[in-house]
Amino acid sequence: MTALWALVVRDVRLALRAGGGTLLAAAFFATVAALVPLGVGPDLQLLARIAGGVLWVAALLATLLTLDRLFQVDFEDGSLDVLALSPVTLEAICAAKMAAHWLTTGLPLILLAPVLALLFNMNTEAYGVLLLSLGIGTPALTAIGHIGAGITVSLKRGGLILSLLVLPLEVPIIIFGAAAVMNAADGGQTALLLLAAFSLGAVILSPFATAAAVRLNLGS
Amino acid sequence: MKNDRSRPAPSLANPKRFLEIVHVILPWVGTLAGLLLLGGFYWALFEVPPDYQQGESVRIMFVHVPAAWMSLFVYGLIAVSSFVGLVFAHPLADVAAKTAAPLGAVFTALALVTGSLWGKPMWGAYWVWDARLTSELILLLIYFGYIALWYAIEDPARAGRVAAVFALVGAVDLPIIHFSVNWWHSLHQPASVLRMGAPTMSAAYLWPLGIMALGYTVFFIWLWLLRIRTEVRKRRLRSILLQGSTG
Amino acid sequence: MMHYLDMGGFAAFIWPSYALSVLAITTLTVWVLRADRRAHDMLKRIEQGENRNRQAVSL
Repeated sequence: MTALWALVVRDVRLALRAGGGTLLAAAFFATVAALVPLGVGPDLQLLARIAGGVLWVAALLATLLTLDRLFQVDFEDGSLDVLALSPVTLEAICAAKMAAHWLTTGLPLILLAPVLALLFNMNTEAYGVLLLSLGIGTPALTAIGHIGAGITVSLKRGGLILSLLVLPLEVPIIIFGAAAVMNAADGGQTALLLLAAFSLGAVILSPFATAAAVRLNLGS
Repeated sequence: MKNDRSRPAPSLANPKRFLEIVHVILPWVGTLAGLLLLGGFYWALFEVPPDYQQGESVRIMFVHVPAAWMSLFVYGLIAVSSFVGLVFAHPLADVAAKTAAPLGAVFTALALVTGSLWGKPMWGAYWVWDARLTSELILLLIYFGYIALWYAIEDPARAGRVAAVFALVGAVDLPIIHFSVNWWHSLHQPASVLRMGAPTMSAAYLWPLGIMALGYTVFFIWLWLLRIRTEVRKRRLRSILLQGSTG
Repeated sequence: MMHYLDMGGFAAFIWPSYALSVLAITTLTVWVLRADRRAHDMLKRIEQGENRNRQAVSL
């Protein structure tokens, strides 16, 4: 158990460093959110209407950025092979890495989102749902992205294809997550429940799929 | 059952038999496909009566629905092949999945284009984010990702297995994606919007639709067998050349 | 005849749909057949080359 915890701490430390992913993801999130009004115009009513959807899309894109770092460093210096042989199962290791990734990418996005929602003049009653939906949904983003990272671990510049693989799979997350916020006034609870169901499934299944993909990549 | 992953794919003992069978049945499959398609196209264009609501534009259904059906059917085959390849390590499973993918992608693209052309007379716009078309679009993206994986990973054996994992994850996610898109669509559209592809299915429509669907399927199988044969030959080629250079 | 060209006013949608479908079918057919032919020819040549080598060695 302590080995897993040590792994989480190590990955978190790596991500929080200057070259790590946390600031990058947060900055990207903010940038995308700031660009949309520049594209669609400063009409506050329009922005208020689309706020939930835009923030969700931005969160989805920002999460993609830090995914290939999940395994990249360990793969390149061979420590991934060592990890695969350790007494702790690869599935547990993947789960630990997922936790670390969410802590350093998902959590910052959740904290940053309300500030960005201000830029969009989002309705006040939607703030709670925004946080809730991101809280439920970002683990799913991490989980699915994790599978993609495992699949592309052996590719040198796998970031682009990782995005292509992961984005279609994450469609349900964005549909349910954004719908929860966009319909916050008239319930949107179904959306949250559906999001929670998907998220639960993804988080549980992801370590197995990821470990399988990593093993196959290391195997040949 | 041999389960060696450390050696390159076991060579051509099994596939030789397979190639012999393919050589024999290929002309028959091709002829059957040709007849079905010719008959189906003629029937759909010239014999089918126009629909009460949609008029002549219902004819597009006969090229749209079979293409959409194929896009899903082929992905199912890829998923099954991937599963067989991962679990049983059958030497042809990888090849089967790899060769089917571009064909499935073409059918998906065809379904999208014909669906869009059908949508314009029906709803007045080329793309209205209809639930089924949107799902097809996402399916096309998944096809692209799958094919890109095959290109990106150099070792064919590893590419086959990793792509298989992606195909299976996609297979699990696709029903969920479809459900979520349906749900999303119903959220934003009033229920009275005319649903695509819903003329009352009288026998006059069912039969030509069946012929077309069958024709597309047999045509795909013909192409698929050909592509598998080509791929097996290419691998044999590569192994000969490799042996020659080291030998 | 005019009826078929006109298709109740939907000609602009029906004919392109069918044309594209036929185009896709023929293009796939040509592409797959050509690739198969190429692989077949190359394999034939290489295997004949191998046989010649073996004959030369055995002489």
